Amino acid sequence: MRNLWIFINRYNAFFFFIIFFIIGLYLTVSNNSYQRSVAVNSTNEVVGNAYTNLNVLKKYMNLGDVNDSLASENAKLKTEVLALKKIDSAKNVVVKDSLNNSQYTYLAARVIKNSITLRNNIITINRGKADGLASGMAVISPGKGVVGYIRDVSDHLATISSLLHKDTKVSVTLKKNNALGTLVWGTKNADFRKAYIKDVPNHFKIALKDTVVTSGFSSFPPGIPVGRVSNTGIATGDNFLTIEIELFNDFSTLQYVYVIKDKLAEEQKSLESKLPNEQ
Amino acid sequence: MNSKIILVNIFRWFLLLFIQIILLRNLSFYSLATPFVYVLFLLLLPFKIPNLLLYLIAFVTGLTLDAFYDTMGVHIAACVTLTFVRISFIAVTVNKDNFDEPEPTLGNMGFKWFSIYAALCISAHHLVLFFLETFRLTEFSYTLLRCLFSTLFTLFLIILIEFVFYNRKAR
Repeated sequence: MRNLWIFINRYNAFFFFIIFFIIGLYLTVSNNSYQRSVAVNSTNEVVGNAYTNLNVLKKYMNLGDVNDSLASENAKLKTEVLALKKIDSAKNVVVKDSLNNSQYTYLAARVIKNSITLRNNIITINRGKADGLASGMAVISPGKGVVGYIRDVSDHLATISSLLHKDTKVSVTLKKNNALGTLVWGTKNADFRKAYIKDVPNHFKIALKDTVVTSGFSSFPPGIPVGRVSNTGIATGDNFLTIEIELFNDFSTLQYVYVIKDKLAEEQKSLESKLPNEQ
Repeated sequence: MNSKIILVNIFRWFLLLFIQIILLRNLSFYSLATPFVYVLFLLLLPFKIPNLLLYLIAFVTGLTLDAFYDTMGVHIAACVTLTFVRISFIAVTVNKDNFDEPEPTLGNMGFKWFSIYAALCISAHHLVLFFLETFRLTEFSYTLLRCLFSTLFTLFLIILIEFVFYNRKAR
């Protein structure tokens, strides 16, 4: 017993290393899983407040750009409203929605923390449980494409798994020929302006500059522009095409985002949970 | 250990973490090289700290970084690995009996010793950091490339900082 104690004491650095490393590993793995119990992240009061205060300066410096994007979005919305009014006056409208109100509602939020340099980037916004946010909701940027999914919510803050995160996958389709694929980021290149569409069936002819939009199979509403095809000839070795696209959304200057609440999400989930597990 | 060294280290902790979180978190070259200069704090801790305290300091530093980077556990594991490499390297190269330098700085230890020490510690830290962050082996070569460039970038910045505050003791 005494010899064992001497042995452990002699190599204490190694045994401490094993203990602390396993703690770190355990935290990493438990944080990767769906049920995250540890709340030391930027939805935390202290960290969240620090980022809110630090972001004030950055916000003022980008005010011009934000103004421009809001103005252009306003203009776009106004033209859409006019177009809709015209249709209304013809009194022969086919309304796609099964409900009287629209299926999706939007909620504007301000980005208080963002990063683009890591493999797994997380965005923090200043809305939370009090505003009706829940984990899994889709987030888009004003008029310029997808941002990600809500990850954790606290009372007044929420974190988003940005599109620049290894767990974020969005179902997208090419506008021209409706070829379906999965949008992922960072597998070959960590440039925040580029992303990849995987699993596109290889009989489709894809041209450069084709527009990519969301398909509506993820939590995102269909038809949100995502990006433009920039490279089609990526060799993968499987039976599907991989396409590189240039994202419309500039993650480095993200200031405001829209959180999308899907009224039918719960209903769809409970309906689909009745299906036998097909995986 | 006198109180001056403790105060200097506490000041260094706040300064380096502040720089890391405010400034360097937003910095990268072509998304390949990302600097993590805060490890300089762990490199410069005094020689005479007991091992358990070293690990606890590394743990708290990693936890703080994790909270701000939203990467629970990754920085903890990386900092703890760095501490293990630090202890092993110092045990092999420094004779503690007839030795009176308080801290392993560039000025105290010389350029050659410090650069090898920093390179080993930083590469261990970055290997654990990048591979735990990616957490899959399908992107192995790309992750390794990012790790290599980031290590070079961090090492460059740390040696630069050490030269700025270079004070060789008069012997």
